[in-house]
Amino acid sequence: MRYIDEFNDPELARRLLDEIRATVTRPWALMEVCGGQTHSIIRHGIDQLLPEEVELIHGPGCPVCVTPLDVIDKALEIAARPGVIFCSFGDMLRVPGTGRDLFRVKGEGGDVRVVYSPLDAVDLARRHPDRQVVFFAIGFETTAPANAMAVHQARRLGLANFSLLVSHVRVPPAIEAIMTAPACRVRGFLAAGHVCSVMGTDEYPDLAERHRVPIVVTGFEPLDILEGIRRAVHQLERGEHRVENAYPRAVREQGNPAAVRMIEEVFEVTDRNWRGIGRIPGSGWRLADAFRAYDAEHRFDVTGIRTEEPAECRAGEVLQGLIKPTDCAAFGTTCTPRTPLGATMVSSEGACAAYYLYRRMTDSPAPKSAAQEMNPVG
Amino acid sequence: MADLATESPEAVVDPADWTCPAPLRDQPVVVMGHGGGGALSAELVQQIFAPAYGNPTLAALTDSAVLDLGGARLAFSTDSYVVRPLFFPGGSLGDLAVNGTVNDLAMSGARPTHLSAAFILEEGVELAVLARVARALGAAAEAAGVTIATGDTKVVESGHGDGVYVTTAGVGLVPAGVDIRPQRARPGDAVLVSGPIGLHGVAVMSVREGLEFGVETTSDTAPLADLVAAMLAVTPDIHVLRDPTRGGLGASLNEIARASGTGVRLRERAVPVPDEVANACGFLGLDPLYVANEGRLVAFVPPEHAEAVLAAMRAHPQGTDAALIGECVADHPGMVVVATALGGTRVLDLPLGEQLPRIC
Amino acid sequence: MCLAVPGKVVSIDHRADPLTGLIDFGGVRKQACLEYLPDVRVGEYVIVHVGFALQRLDEESARASLELFGQLGLLEEEFGDAWEQAARQESGSEAR
Repeated sequence: MRYIDEFNDPELARRLLDEIRATVTRPWALMEVCGGQTHSIIRHGIDQLLPEEVELIHGPGCPVCVTPLDVIDKALEIAARPGVIFCSFGDMLRVPGTGRDLFRVKGEGGDVRVVYSPLDAVDLARRHPDRQVVFFAIGFETTAPANAMAVHQARRLGLANFSLLVSHVRVPPAIEAIMTAPACRVRGFLAAGHVCSVMGTDEYPDLAERHRVPIVVTGFEPLDILEGIRRAVHQLERGEHRVENAYPRAVREQGNPAAVRMIEEVFEVTDRNWRGIGRIPGSGWRLADAFRAYDAEHRFDVTGIRTEEPAECRAGEVLQGLIKPTDCAAFGTTCTPRTPLGATMVSSEGACAAYYLYRRMTDSPAPKSAAQEMNPVG
Repeated sequence: MADLATESPEAVVDPADWTCPAPLRDQPVVVMGHGGGGALSAELVQQIFAPAYGNPTLAALTDSAVLDLGGARLAFSTDSYVVRPLFFPGGSLGDLAVNGTVNDLAMSGARPTHLSAAFILEEGVELAVLARVARALGAAAEAAGVTIATGDTKVVESGHGDGVYVTTAGVGLVPAGVDIRPQRARPGDAVLVSGPIGLHGVAVMSVREGLEFGVETTSDTAPLADLVAAMLAVTPDIHVLRDPTRGGLGASLNEIARASGTGVRLRERAVPVPDEVANACGFLGLDPLYVANEGRLVAFVPPEHAEAVLAAMRAHPQGTDAALIGECVADHPGMVVVATALGGTRVLDLPLGEQLPRIC
Repeated sequence: MCLAVPGKVVSIDHRADPLTGLIDFGGVRKQACLEYLPDVRVGEYVIVHVGFALQRLDEESARASLELFGQLGLLEEEFGDAWEQAARQESGSEAR
């Protein structure tokens, strides 16, 4: 058992698809919460294989998309300071703040580094005692144990030159916010499997009950996603709304208690702004009092940075399935993958970009001439 | 922490105001992505270099220019090499500097004969390191059957360079009757790749500071001119050759599709991706189709010659694992579409810049 | 969010603080923090995210899931165009 190839089997995928087709009788809109699931769906073309009754809405489970503009601007400000080594996961380098991104700061001489693990940033702090090392601690519940361990280690090692710029978010309050939004179309959730690997599933039965919505804890390989969809559709067709675990190999009801303990020691729940959405109560974590000395916002005095978010695109409505990308006036005109207005047009997994690319594929317009599309030689 | 959130009024989810971040495209400064071989690189050429000195030869989009000089058809190419670290599993800067330029020449069907080598050295570089690079370069030239005919050396102050940079240029003669360029891709052409992809990119990443991981993968860096000669011996009518370096197979196929106004259909499961490459890409969140190669080529061959060319490739040491991976089509011009193993499809777009490890 | 991949614990450094082990991801080896799975053993599979083992993978559950999928939709039907069929035929010879 390698836990990957087995869950990519095309023959088993066909059986799951057949079963979904045999079960579904009415249109259902399901939201996969996690960006990793969206990636897998697009990468394997799963959305095109589903019966037309099943619509997948790509949810707000991408930390890159939901990190608010203020926090990006704070990161840019800190990263540009002399003497700072600013460490980040690769995802965040291209996310624009006001007028620039971390790549640009790096291009202008800032010491911005991509790390694989937050412990790598702790190690940098140990090796560069004369520099201030800041780690951009973004992410959901899955990433929180790693970031918590980093600051815990820094304190244990007495590393006064290490700090975290924290913008952690939590899934259950986001589900709550989506379900209470006016005109919400989501009828079932594929919950984020790895978030539940850490946190367990305790927080979901109440959500499922109050909003009368099936919540199926779902993994990331193609068969996992199809199984999540199959179970959600099955419940919906029978009028049920339970929490089910379709990812039992990696998710226990109690989660990972050691990881949860560390999160609770280092962080405390706070309200947080989600980019483009606004404030969601209790939807984030910040450093607890005992670790406040490691808060980069205070150390670099950037708490005063305020940024107005421009409201140029309707990505939010797309993300909730309220409109199709093609309903947006900007779609394909002022907003294209070359000149995106929103994250959904940026990566090929984004709902708008996927629509755009497939429309190009289907319409087959004449490509630009070779001279216009000159490419680097070599 | 004066969390901003606690000071703003509580928002209901109003999707109309939900905006998402978009990457900045109009950078006023050079960023690393401009060297990534993707859309940003293309824009640099399009917006800066073409207006400054564009001409029909440069606009031909080939890996090397083919010039008619005194009755001979001369292929001419240049490339700069800035790899870090200088030595990596399976190769070094010296190997890349020779093989890269040799391969660019070979992609127009030329037999490379002469190279130049210009060094930019940072003050403080150990001479022993430089000697290792030079020896590797000499050995690679000998293996590729080319002569280093001229060279140059410049030194920059400490801190103004990154050890050793090398620029090579090369020339070679294109045989009569051979016309290989991306514009010649035609619907119906078979798309062949000469072997497993992603090895170079993964080998280099595995020793890059901050990412280090253990893998028994070595770079595929190799000269391909001899393989190309073996393919041309089957038929001179090969339409397109490209060595998928930066940006990987995905970038090369997109460039060909755009230049020729054709579409490309790729069968995902037919693309030879070694397990180590697939697994390294898996944990870094990268797509093997965008990972760099230094000893592979992709060929567009008329269908009637595909089988014979593939057989010739497999009979050559540089092409033993060559595979038919897809075809050129009239549909969706300018686009590359992948048939996934599950039976779905996805669009393989031109990458923006360099791929970054992701957590999402 | 949350790119996390399964890997096999190859060795554990019990003296490391935090607890660290070497994980094999199908031929790719990388250190990971095992502090959140203190009783994990060599040979077990874990799910790793940004250098941290977050949960052990349960083989019995995995087999049960695959068995369930195998019992579904036994009806064979022809679907897909020639291209898809060609893709399926290719699937015997691919590397992954």
